[in-house]
Amino acid sequence: MKTLNDLNDGQIAKIGSYKRTQGVSRRLMELGLMPGVTVRFIKSAPLGDPIALDVGGRQLSLRREDAAQIIVQPV
Amino acid sequence: MPKLANNGVSSDRLRRVALIGNPNTGKSTLFNCLTGLRQKVGNYSGVTVQKKTGITLIGTERVEILDLPGTYSLAATSPDERVVVDALRGEVENLDRPDIVLCIVDATNLQRNLFLAFQIGQLGVPMVLALNYWDTAQKRNIAIDIEGLKEKLGIPIVPISASRAEGITELKDAVIQALDEKPKLISPTWPESIEEAISGVRSELPEPVSARIDDAALMRGIFESDEEIFKRAGASGLETQEALEISKKALFKGGLNPANAEAVLLYRHIKEHVEPCISARDSSRIAGSESIDSLLTHKVWGLIAFLALMYLVFQSVYSWAGPFMDLIDMGKSVVQDTVSNVLSGWPMIESLVADGIIEGVGAVVIFLPQIMILFFFISLLEDTGYMSRAAFLMDKLFSWCGLSGKSFVPLLSSYACAIPGVMATRTIQDSKARLVTILVAPFMSCSARLPVYVLMIGAFIEPRYGAAVAGAVLFLMHFVGLLVAMPFAYLMNKYILKTPPQPFLLELPSYQIPKVRDVMLKMYSQGKEFVVNAGTVIFAITIIIWALLYFPRTESVEIETREAFVSEIAAQNGWTEEFALASIHEDEAIVAALDHKVSSAFIEQSWMGRIGKTVQPVFAGAGFDWKITVGVIASFPAREVIISTLGIIYSLGGDVDEEAGDLREAMASQKWQSGPKAGMPIFTIPVVIALMVFFALCQQCGATLAVIAQETSWRWAALSFGFMTILAWLASIGINQVGSWF
Ligand SMILES: Nc1nc2c(ncn2[C@@H]2O[C@H](COP(=O)(O)OP(=O)(O)OP(=O)(O)O)[C@@H](O)[C@H]2O)c(=O)[nH]1
Ligand SMILES: [Mg+2]
Repeated sequence: MKTLNDLNDGQIAKIGSYKRTQGVSRRLMELGLMPGVTVRFIKSAPLGDPIALDVGGRQLSLRREDAAQIIVQPV
Repeated sequence: MPKLANNGVSSDRLRRVALIGNPNTGKSTLFNCLTGLRQKVGNYSGVTVQKKTGITLIGTERVEILDLPGTYSLAATSPDERVVVDALRGEVENLDRPDIVLCIVDATNLQRNLFLAFQIGQLGVPMVLALNYWDTAQKRNIAIDIEGLKEKLGIPIVPISASRAEGITELKDAVIQALDEKPKLISPTWPESIEEAISGVRSELPEPVSARIDDAALMRGIFESDEEIFKRAGASGLETQEALEISKKALFKGGLNPANAEAVLLYRHIKEHVEPCISARDSSRIAGSESIDSLLTHKVWGLIAFLALMYLVFQSVYSWAGPFMDLIDMGKSVVQDTVSNVLSGWPMIESLVADGIIEGVGAVVIFLPQIMILFFFISLLEDTGYMSRAAFLMDKLFSWCGLSGKSFVPLLSSYACAIPGVMATRTIQDSKARLVTILVAPFMSCSARLPVYVLMIGAFIEPRYGAAVAGAVLFLMHFVGLLVAMPFAYLMNKYILKTPPQPFLLELPSYQIPKVRDVMLKMYSQGKEFVVNAGTVIFAITIIIWALLYFPRTESVEIETREAFVSEIAAQNGWTEEFALASIHEDEAIVAALDHKVSSAFIEQSWMGRIGKTVQPVFAGAGFDWKITVGVIASFPAREVIISTLGIIYSLGGDVDEEAGDLREAMASQKWQSGPKAGMPIFTIPVVIALMVFFALCQQCGATLAVIAQETSWRWAALSFGFMTILAWLASIGINQVGSWF
């Protein structure tokens, strides 16, 4: 089971589901990180954390800890 | 003249339009365009943190416009987002519910932006939709079928470009028409499970409570699992719990997860009804930004560029502000001299005006150059879009102690002045992270500490160890606070607030070329805010300190000092006292020396002098004598006061600055008058460092305390004051004690 965290720079994946539905996940979904949406892993910050994603043409940054909650399917 | 409202009834109340939208969609830009006011704008989420109202003229009607912070959702997670919800509910002080909402969406990102629009529509507020960034949308060949969209949404839709003031007339027309017609957004058809949840909750709540909550509010309560909505309507804790339990069950039964039901349903609706009106997206904008980012957030070059940029910023803040500060200082002296001449007949008034009032105004104005130059850079970094990248780069460094990259901007600003820094924390979502950032901000080495460092280093470090060491010490002093602040934040989070790790979500906007007008505006408004908020406090405090230093003023002190001085001169030269008395008036230097001796004597027996002598034992461990103690106490309201206070105490007159050679000499020649160390110099290297560290750590700024209290509560301001002062005191004693062993 891959999470957002396991993607490489530039890799594209489809969002599956969330491991936890409390906390930050609500806001992530409101921002468009919905199950079924395709995202692109852009890169991680120089110090390894956080990461930058392309969500529907927007760059969004979140921490690895939160990214680890999102199960994805690489395409 | 009373206005004629739409129903023909005359009314004094202006009709209200609230600007609502996601962060960074151009609300403030549009607000400025409509009202001619100058609200801050910037290419960074969370530029607007407070509501602001203005008036626009449409035809002959004056309409009130309300600018609000940006929010992604009505499920607010931070104080600035809460402002939006409160404004919509009509719960903001002195503000009724808006008559209509003008929802600003980013035309290049309709899907996500309409999420919020649908939430607001569900509340039943009439709405007009402005599709902003129309210029960018066209450049990127994004075609939006506006007629089709109008049909789907059922409200007026106007494409605009706020930054180019395009489409504003059409928008105004749509607004005035909507104020009369009150068009409502067509809400999605909710699945049955939602209806069931609503009726289930209603049957659970007691009748009067249920009657007090309308369906829209109830739905928000269900979607957000928000207990507040029920409790406000008078439901007990148990009733609230049970109502929420029922709604959750109903949602589960319908195959929905209560935690994300709203997001799932709304995005499904947007996909089915809105997306068909938008033609294929291209991503050239993000591609452009990404190629800039391939350098600026690069693993190696990104960090180097960041450090270089920060170095450049601070270097410029210091070097560019210098000449302006000198100019202000000179201006102040000129005014003081003039006033002194005019008022020389009334010594008390003269002193109040020159040393109290003018000094107080000067103390405020002197900070303006640095604050404005710093904000010039901050707004430049914000407007280009770099600021969010800085937060992205720095987040890791802050996350271990419970802060986030978003703390970076406030802490950076605090290096100029903690006041804008504390205010900038309003963009931090997590309330505890925000609190910790506020408490940590005053540890950053603000520009008011600089004069103290320059004085001490110039007087004691540079002559002994050379310029290279002096520069290094000055540099290090700027990190003392930071080094203490990080562990402090960690401990606060871990043991006092017990903060769960806070979510960190950051949008990285596309890069753009900064607009001169926006940058100038921000400089101006920050400067103004500082003068109005902090300036008044600094001013008031300067006057209080003046009074403590001036009173009581017994004439006998002057006579005694004069007599002692005359006999000293007489003894030195072998004159009679009469001859000495006559001749000292011939020599201007001697007259000045006598004057300074007298002021010094006055200070010694002033309230402040007495306090200094009483309190001195507390600072004995740090090696401070009563004179330094007076300097330290006098600078509690504002650190920089120490320079002029020391100047007066050391009989040089108050108009010395940190570069003044004679102040340095006077300090270097200070010796203990009595006690075990009699005859030894007071300012040893450990004492000098102890004093600098004391200033680095101590909360000596009344204005910052006032702002902390305003942003949190007096309790936290008091805690900040107590903690920092004790820490500074312990550190200065520790340094002097340890330093004295060598
Ligand atoms: N190209 C283009 N840029 C725009 C337009 N409208 C606003 N901007 C820019 O977008 C940025 C954000 O504008 P603001 O007015 O600060 O946005 P806001 O919605 O008030 O942002 P917050 O207060 O942070 O929620 C600024 O740099 C504006 O110059 C537009 O129509 N076209
Ligand atoms: Mg704004």
